[in-house]
Amino acid sequence: MIAEFGHYALVLALALALVQAIVPIVGVRKNDPVLMAVAGPTAVAQLFFIALAFGALTICYVRSDFSVVNVFENSHSAKPLIYKISGVWGNHEGSMLLWVLILSLFGALVALFGGNLPARLKANVLAVQSWIAVAFVLFILVTSNPFLRILQPPFEGRDLNPILQDPGLAIHPPLLYLGYVGLSISFSFAIAALIDGRIDAAWARWVRPWTLLAWMFLTLGIAMGSYWAYYTLGWGGWWFWDPVENASFMPWLAATALLHSALVMEKRNALKVWTILLAILAFSLSLIGTFLVRSGVLTSVHAFATDPTRGVFILAILVLFIGGSLALFALRAPLLKQGGLFAPVSREGALVLNNLFLVSACATVFVGTLYPLALEALTGEKISVGAPFFNATFGPLFVPLLIAMPFGPLLAWKRGDLLGVAQRLVGAAAVGAITVAVIFAMEGGGPILVPFAIGLALYVMAGALTEIVERTGLLKVPLMTAFARARGLPRSAWGGAFAHFGLGLTLLGIIGETQWGIERIAELKPGQTISIRRYDLQFDGMTTRQGPNYRELAAHFTVRRHGDVVGIMEPAKRSFPSRGSSTTETALMTRGFSQLYLSLGDPNPDGSLAVRLYYKPLVLLIWFGAVVMVVGGGLSLSDRRLRVGAPKPARSKTVLAPAE
Amino acid sequence: MRWLFFIVVTLTLVASPRVEAVQPDEILADAALEGRARALSKELRCMVCQNQSIDDSDAPLARDLRVLVRERLQAGDSDGQVIDFLVARYGEFVLLKPRFSLHTALLWLGPAAVMLIGALGLFVLARRYRAVSGPAAAGAKLTPAEQARLSEILGRRDP
Repeated sequence: MIAEFGHYALVLALALALVQAIVPIVGVRKNDPVLMAVAGPTAVAQLFFIALAFGALTICYVRSDFSVVNVFENSHSAKPLIYKISGVWGNHEGSMLLWVLILSLFGALVALFGGNLPARLKANVLAVQSWIAVAFVLFILVTSNPFLRILQPPFEGRDLNPILQDPGLAIHPPLLYLGYVGLSISFSFAIAALIDGRIDAAWARWVRPWTLLAWMFLTLGIAMGSYWAYYTLGWGGWWFWDPVENASFMPWLAATALLHSALVMEKRNALKVWTILLAILAFSLSLIGTFLVRSGVLTSVHAFATDPTRGVFILAILVLFIGGSLALFALRAPLLKQGGLFAPVSREGALVLNNLFLVSACATVFVGTLYPLALEALTGEKISVGAPFFNATFGPLFVPLLIAMPFGPLLAWKRGDLLGVAQRLVGAAAVGAITVAVIFAMEGGGPILVPFAIGLALYVMAGALTEIVERTGLLKVPLMTAFARARGLPRSAWGGAFAHFGLGLTLLGIIGETQWGIERIAELKPGQTISIRRYDLQFDGMTTRQGPNYRELAAHFTVRRHGDVVGIMEPAKRSFPSRGSSTTETALMTRGFSQLYLSLGDPNPDGSLAVRLYYKPLVLLIWFGAVVMVVGGGLSLSDRRLRVGAPKPARSKTVLAPAE
Repeated sequence: MRWLFFIVVTLTLVASPRVEAVQPDEILADAALEGRARALSKELRCMVCQNQSIDDSDAPLARDLRVLVRERLQAGDSDGQVIDFLVARYGEFVLLKPRFSLHTALLWLGPAAVMLIGALGLFVLARRYRAVSGPAAAGAKLTPAEQARLSEILGRRDP
């Protein structure tokens, strides 16, 4: 019954979505406040019913109800509870259900916290949001129904792919979807503005926090996915320029550009048309990402679905939404009035430059990801576009952006003084230059790029702090005064500094890992030792262990540094009898921001064991930098100036009358 | 049950799909040559894998290619000659960084084109701005109602 209940709830959600997609728009046309007001409650009800459907599927998973095809194909009764729950979205149908759940969640949030939105705007936004919901709920019901039954239920399920049986699955997809799908709000706002043919400064105030929120989740989601791949795939890579990764990276680049352009629009009432276009592009890239991953058009590490009917359906959604919104943009954009003039050298000008670089970087990833597909479809010729291409094209685009980045926040609005800002950045530049010299002396040869890259990272970090240092008067006034001033700074200033500083940290981690990493590949017999940097790892022997639904063969290593034991590492191989497959569990030892990374290969007939050992200097900074960026986003979001999304305090104390 | 356990573990290890990439027995004694082999391997695609270089991949084909690269290098080939040899044998598909040709011109020039067009567009817009609107045009464009609403919002936030 539970599965049918969930199915029914999903159909009801579709009906509600249809109402929400049509009635408020009619209300706006007829200027009827009652029809417009339908949007809010329906959005909440839609969330309720989709949540019911999602809850029903989760119950089927928790109870291991193998009469449901989806549960049978992706679960097993012996699986730990956390993987039974996260297994709900570890497959195509369930992940689409999560997608629409988050979509309706954002719609409901706008409905609940949008009390101070103009009624027309709110009605339009929620209607557009519901168009997306209609398309995707229909997609689930028609092509990817997770509630289908098996006539003769089997006793046991086929289990979830062991690689997915990891805490990463519980965290990575929800975060990523909150980011991806969160961009739908910016999209709905953009379309609503185009439908009405006007945008004002209040519009920008509304869009920026939502974009910021989605961007924070997207950043966390991508970083989390990267770390998951790093420790799970066993060869120490953390970014592969895989099409599926690119699918999430493109919306991130676009959302980052959107955040910055929305800033100009909010402060200076300029770049309106461009901001609207970026909002459309950012969500369009999310949709393209969904298409790439879900249609199986590129069968890559992450792809589960290979049914062409699904691909065609999503492609139709894609064409409808992207084509429709761009057509609307072409039609309406000329009506939007431009405002806020600025000189080329100004804060606005710097943000435009930022947008130019980010959009070009995004275009690089886009072309690189889709070019092989397009070329093969058009000419039948097969080429590969992989990491070496992206490293060669993406890097040169990002370097000038990083050099220019510290200038932006220091330039004045409207008309800036480039020379003055350059003088203020002398400190940061000195930090970078000294770093280059020190690293160069330390390395004594080696790739010439490394000292410069490290210097660039430190310059970016110092540059991010320059504004804070100046405004608090640190190094000039007594420490306590500086501290008091620091507390008085607006949180958005701190937010920007954190985010830019975080990017510098990530850069530092990337360079440290790729340029200074050491690798050892060896065959060891028990008792033998392998050395890397100042660490000696002694292979003590193998042990076998029994997990809840797997058996594990673990190798025991004692790690010594200058003869002192600093810990043990136990890489393992797990075998899952239910699928007859196995996974490699790497062992990680964290030393500061660096890590030792050990993974197992095959045992040889002579009793020796192949191992791969890496020393990864500063590797944790890659993800820590992303976390710092998100903290920056959070600080900016909590700035009182931006807290428009917060619920309003009750105007009057209404006494609830008891129901008779 | 212990023997069953042992068999299962042994079987999994033997039949494991996740064999490590570069194997100890493949590594060349000459460190310089091995370094070149590793660098080359990162540029070459494992054709039966999804977006993996032969350096990362554990597939048998990737192993064959790694050994082949090392054989060519030991025979005295230059990096370019090794690449040419593999392209002649397996086609352009083997290269993770496609060569510049008529077919890949858009791929290589696309990003630069976007950048240039964007920069050009900005330049034109900036000039048109300066020509069309004077400094007075930068003022408020809100309707009185919106202005009132905005000041209400602002007023509530900064009492």
